[in-house]
Amino acid sequence: MESVARSQSAADPGASASNDKTLIYRQSRWTRLTHWLWAISLFFMLLSGLQIFNARPQLYIGKESGFDYNNTIFAIGAENTNAGPRGYTDIFGHRFDTTGVLGWSGPAGQETSRAFPSWATIPSYYDLGTARVIHFFFAWILTTTLIVWFVASTVNGHLRRDLAPRLDDLKRLPQDIVDHAKLKFHHTREYNTLQKMAYGGVLFVLLPLMIITGLAMSPSMNAVLPFLNDLLGGRQTARTIHFTVMVLLVGFFIIHILMIVAAGPINELRSIITGWYRTDPPAQDDKPVERSA
Amino acid sequence: MAKFEISRRKFLTGASLGASGIMLSGCDAFDSQLSIGSGLRSFLENANGLTYRAQRLLAGRDALAPEFTEADIRQPQRPNGVTAPDDDVYKGLLANNFADWRLEVSGLVEKPLSLSREQLQNMPSRTQITRHDCVEGWSCIAKWTGTPLSLVLDQAVVKPQARYVMFHCLDTIDRSLSGDIKYYGSIDLIDARHPQTILAYGLNGKPLPVENGAPLRVRVERQLGYKMPKYLYKIELVDGFADVGGGRGGYWEDNGYDWYGGI
Repeated sequence: MESVARSQSAADPGASASNDKTLIYRQSRWTRLTHWLWAISLFFMLLSGLQIFNARPQLYIGKESGFDYNNTIFAIGAENTNAGPRGYTDIFGHRFDTTGVLGWSGPAGQETSRAFPSWATIPSYYDLGTARVIHFFFAWILTTTLIVWFVASTVNGHLRRDLAPRLDDLKRLPQDIVDHAKLKFHHTREYNTLQKMAYGGVLFVLLPLMIITGLAMSPSMNAVLPFLNDLLGGRQTARTIHFTVMVLLVGFFIIHILMIVAAGPINELRSIITGWYRTDPPAQDDKPVERSA
Repeated sequence: MAKFEISRRKFLTGASLGASGIMLSGCDAFDSQLSIGSGLRSFLENANGLTYRAQRLLAGRDALAPEFTEADIRQPQRPNGVTAPDDDVYKGLLANNFADWRLEVSGLVEKPLSLSREQLQNMPSRTQITRHDCVEGWSCIAKWTGTPLSLVLDQAVVKPQARYVMFHCLDTIDRSLSGDIKYYGSIDLIDARHPQTILAYGLNGKPLPVENGAPLRVRVERQLGYKMPKYLYKIELVDGFADVGGGRGGYWEDNGYDWYGGI
């Protein structure tokens, strides 16, 4: 329904103040609604997930956790040293001192041994049971939202029109990388190649992988889909993948926010709240355009 | 076109302000609304009921948890929770190698039972190599031998109004103002009658060690470890658990864990 850049129409009374053609209806209500449901769900899932991780701050490769042998590839912990307790993070056998953030953290004089710090977990204090309640509640919201988004985006053409890769995307990729590196943004109706890759990667790779590895950790789901852990390399590998995808999603979030700030936060925010987005004026039109509405 | 571009300095300032805002938001903001019984928490806990119904629908009564091979047993079963009960009754039974121990089956049954270890071991047994998944996140593969719970239930003849199996244990897990709290827990009759649900007395080909729950522990292979009580002495068939302990169906449930532990 928003397939063409409409000039101001009755659908948007707020736009009638100006008659420039640069304001377009870019994001459908489905895209906007699901975007914010994901934002809320991922916030709570991340912080409750870090709390859950704190119950066993080690990651293993394989079907089980090695206690009499070593299949640990990642660990956060605390140890006593001559200089007092220190927090550490082990990654593939390399130890990093992460005192204050990972392993040993808290207000000065009241530091405690905990993998992720209090400010990064819900609840702030150690409470595995409550974190699980929150995590699984939002797991349902996140998964339902992904399905709703997929159906709506298939029906309204968002997938085909905005996210499907085209040959042209490949051609413009080098220029896209250069532009992004220079923080030079083109405000168009279409997503650029890097945007397509980022959004497509999150929606079609990371979130589905998160859900699949989450289900692979559930003992009851193992009875329903016994092949899942065989495919993934065992339940503990599934848990490690689950954690790794979390790190990638956090990475996506940071870049996403930085790009919004750099590309013009008001215009970007307006488009994901109201749907209306101000595009760059046509090249021949040299008149300055107001930055915000 | 330059209108939308911003300087690097502005960009970095904005970005760091945004990042510090997120950090400062802290996560104690939700603490007060998450205690057991609060409205918000009770609402969020509905998700566990949804998960329970969805997984029952998908897994049905008899879908089996994955079983493994001898080659997958690479270490002793990791003990967790109470590993050496300090209770006098338990220590007395242990001193006599559990010769005086009995498994009591009571509640909503036609024929209450009192079974010795020998009687249980003379019933048909099941041996399975399964993966124990702790709620904390770790897993450990071991071989369990025991009496299918369904056989014991059949022998006691469960009354139609029974809905849950309540397990009562000999070990003190906690102390409260009103006295010692012994471990207890409950499962529904679907899991109780599941073919892999056994009352285990053997581990990795040997008698069940004390640290893993001697003389008898429950294995409920489609749920997490906290649903598999150790040091078992009484099985009670009930139609509800609101008046037992904290009313949430088990020791850990009373402390905030979900009753259904299949996820």
